[in-house]
Amino acid sequence: MTEKVLCTKGIYKEFPRKGPNAAPSATHYCPGCGHGILHKLIGEAMAELEIQDDTVMISPVGCAVFAYYYFDCGNIQVAHGRAPAVATGVSRATDKIVISYQGDGDLASIGLNETLQAANRGEKMAVFFINNTVYGMTGGQMAPTTLIGEKTMTSPDGRDPLTQGYPLHMCELINSLKAPVFIERVALSDPAHIRGARKAVRKALEIQKAGLGYAFVEVLSPCPTNLGKAAISSNDFINNEMAQEFPIQNFRDRSAEATPVPRAKSDFSKASLDTLFDLDSIPAHVPCDEANFKGSQVKISGFGGQGVLSLGVMLTQAAQAAGKKVSWYPSYGPEQRGGTSNCSVTISSEAIGSPVVYHPDLLVAMNRPSLEKFKNDVKPGGTIMYDAIMGEVEMPAGVRGIAVPAQELAVKAGSAKAANTIMFGVMLELGITHLPAEAFAKALAANFSKKPKLIPLNQEILEFARKWVRETVK
Amino acid sequence: MDIDKTKPYPLINSLECKSCGRCVAACPKQVLQIGSELNERGYRYVVYAGTGCVGCGTCFYTCPEPYALEIHIPAKG
Repeated sequence: MTEKVLCTKGIYKEFPRKGPNAAPSATHYCPGCGHGILHKLIGEAMAELEIQDDTVMISPVGCAVFAYYYFDCGNIQVAHGRAPAVATGVSRATDKIVISYQGDGDLASIGLNETLQAANRGEKMAVFFINNTVYGMTGGQMAPTTLIGEKTMTSPDGRDPLTQGYPLHMCELINSLKAPVFIERVALSDPAHIRGARKAVRKALEIQKAGLGYAFVEVLSPCPTNLGKAAISSNDFINNEMAQEFPIQNFRDRSAEATPVPRAKSDFSKASLDTLFDLDSIPAHVPCDEANFKGSQVKISGFGGQGVLSLGVMLTQAAQAAGKKVSWYPSYGPEQRGGTSNCSVTISSEAIGSPVVYHPDLLVAMNRPSLEKFKNDVKPGGTIMYDAIMGEVEMPAGVRGIAVPAQELAVKAGSAKAANTIMFGVMLELGITHLPAEAFAKALAANFSKKPKLIPLNQEILEFARKWVRETVK
Repeated sequence: MDIDKTKPYPLINSLECKSCGRCVAACPKQVLQIGSELNERGYRYVVYAGTGCVGCGTCFYTCPEPYALEIHIPAKG
């Protein structure tokens, strides 16, 4: 006699995890938790729609952080509240079906912005939102969805709207947006409601299979542990109290009239990525004296707008042209329009562990605050190149100071903006970085590849600076 | 306990059951109950009365554990 077996689908057979596990196919969830119920509904719908191999599940932070133990599909676990952003990336970059599985703290608190923005863009994703009115994983603190008067660890006298506001209604918020295709609130309480949830889960995934856009399913779910209730009275709490605040209903279903959302094809070929990240501007290799090459560390600092960061990039490109290992590490924040900024460049014939430069061989200081900030960090025997405009400066013991009238020379050489190229030329002529002149020339050409008219001018400025060194610096 | 396998019946994986009682409350035929024995993990697992299951699947869908119970429904005839 053949028989039909009603059993779990779309879920791995075993859930191996760290440490001993007395029941290899039992979840990590508490007895009576709604997560397992929803997992089974999603797994079943994925299996029956035959989309497991085409689906990526994004797990949140929260009790469902380990959703990837269970769902037999592609899985990514992401930072708190960031599932909609990652889901957007996966959805845009691939043709996969994307599921974002999130709890109320993750989705409605820390991730509220991204939740609404993704919904508003009509991203192709199914969002399953477990609303159990508390932060479960961290021990039952008040959540955005905690009911008025509900006692939690952090609202021991009950949620008071005067001080803690009112419960957030996510379906209603999302229903105020134009783009979403499907919005429904369901519950995992009694069998009739679970049947409704099963339908909504399936619908949301059908919409994804057809590529129609954003589907949001809020799932009122029991958390017996944190609500301090038995599994059955948790159901009563959902039906009698939660459903008063969060009406169980369909808010929107435009799946019949929606058409598939078109997305441009992604191009991850190396050539297109090199162009995107400007890597095709790496200069061609020039010969370099390998045997006598000595690595160096350089710090370049000055006002934003003085070409500090681009001087570092040029030096990096020179090192690349010479076939060296090199790192460029900028440090700037709000200063980049006016204050000081700096960058660190490490050049080596070996792999570079950290890009941070604590004690440079060479400090290029374009203004006095930068000089004062970094001069005492320079290695004994090292060099400080500073703009002569600063006037009298005191050098640390054992450090060579070179006053370069960089701004003045730049003007004389033909461009007031090229003080950094002057410094570049001085650096070359002094031989501090041990890189060949040809590498510096290649670096200039690469750096100005988008403004080719500036290449010859900067070559002249570079030579002007070298000449100045030969004539002036002893 | 003998189970009549010519009729629908739930197969309970006692090791996976966490004794939450959701299936007991959901079963329209009231043929499930919390047993008196503990499983290896210390839960009093659910047991089937042995007869009376109609194969409605309610217990399966309300059970939070993927593999704690499944429903076997014999083909008719």
